[in-house]
Amino acid sequence: MFLKLNSNAGQPIYLQLMEQIRHAAETGALKDGEQLPSVRNLAEELVVSPNTVVKAYSELEHEGLIELRHGSGAFATLRRRTRFLTDHVQAARRRIRDLIERLREDGLLDEEIRRAFEAELLHAAETAAKR
Amino acid sequence: MIGGPVIQTRSLTKSYGRLNAVRDLDLFVGANRITAFLGRNGAGKSTTIKLLLGMIYPTGGEATVLGARVAESKESREMRRRVAYVAENKPLYPYMTPAQMIRFVSSFYPDWRSDAAERLMKEYELPADRKVKSLSKGMRTKLALLLAFARRPDLLILDEPSEGLDPVGIEQLLQTLVAQSAEGISVFFSSHQITEVERIADHVCILDKGRLLVDASLDDLRQSYRRIDLVFRSAPVEHEFRMTGVERIETSGHQMRVLASRNAEMVVERAHALNAVSVETSPVGLRDIFLETVRDN
Repeated sequence: MFLKLNSNAGQPIYLQLMEQIRHAAETGALKDGEQLPSVRNLAEELVVSPNTVVKAYSELEHEGLIELRHGSGAFATLRRRTRFLTDHVQAARRRIRDLIERLREDGLLDEEIRRAFEAELLHAAETAAKR
Repeated sequence: MIGGPVIQTRSLTKSYGRLNAVRDLDLFVGANRITAFLGRNGAGKSTTIKLLLGMIYPTGGEATVLGARVAESKESREMRRRVAYVAENKPLYPYMTPAQMIRFVSSFYPDWRSDAAERLMKEYELPADRKVKSLSKGMRTKLALLLAFARRPDLLILDEPSEGLDPVGIEQLLQTLVAQSAEGISVFFSSHQITEVERIADHVCILDKGRLLVDASLDDLRQSYRRIDLVFRSAPVEHEFRMTGVERIETSGHQMRVLASRNAEMVVERAHALNAVSVETSPVGLRDIFLETVRDN
């Protein structure tokens, strides 16, 4: 599993880490039952605080995506959920593709579309965090 | 020490004549995490660290490290046995070789980890038998770090540890700090290198002109600081946006730029209510947060 983090982004690193592990599960890069790296190894590999990895792992456990087994580490527990997600993600991508196509027809440049998406996502995330 | 602070100061002050090197500092450094002490040159970082270790005496206020009162010499002595400190200028014995330095220093510490020392010797590619005085600055820094890391302290205090290291050396340093933290060692390091702080710190304290300006978890800073760029049909009125969390407002014609340390969504709502033509929110990196807070001080 390859992970890449952006320490300069406006998003906590543990959230980035969660997203990437989720993405790995959705794309099949992370298989059901597969063991994830130990906290120490992942922290050293990514050069991030071990607390960041601990936070990401425990949140993912809370979501049911991984299981922490005492003394032996973290394991992926994907099953149905992921297949369900994969279908949804694919459907969502088709809808986004259509929307982008329409916006281009309206004369918007890709850069403008990207900015609009990012602004809306950030706004949505902030409103959600507020609640 | 679990849960409690590893470092705590109350109104800690150090003056040199009329110059306040450290002013009314209330510091709280939690256990089991990596805390960065960020500030410009001359901000008071080294002075604070020396006060914490009892190397200089405060003009006012008090400090406890690992629960020991620094002003009490007996407590302070005990405490310093459990703290490893890497000074800014890395004082070492120039006539010794790294191998001799390691043998010398290890004799003082019963918990000395020879395996860790050997591993770091290899990793840092330190020559065992060359005299310290003939080593490069980077090599000397690495040796000083090795001597601190192999002691197995409860708390690691480093003053500008990356000074004099090349990019490979910095990467090795950060990796070792992360590994130390994974073993439950609390890390407190001063730096003016924002990129390294951004990568490994859990918590950041920004010091400027002897005063503590920011004391927050990096996750919180990342999540709450936002720059909001607004465009209106007519020249906007600044006072409409003066609300809690708004740190700075700049206007230029029909455009407005707001820097918010929190409540960014309220700024966005206000902008929509005032019929803004364009509202763009973007994250603010630690570099900008640092520059903004220091500029306002």
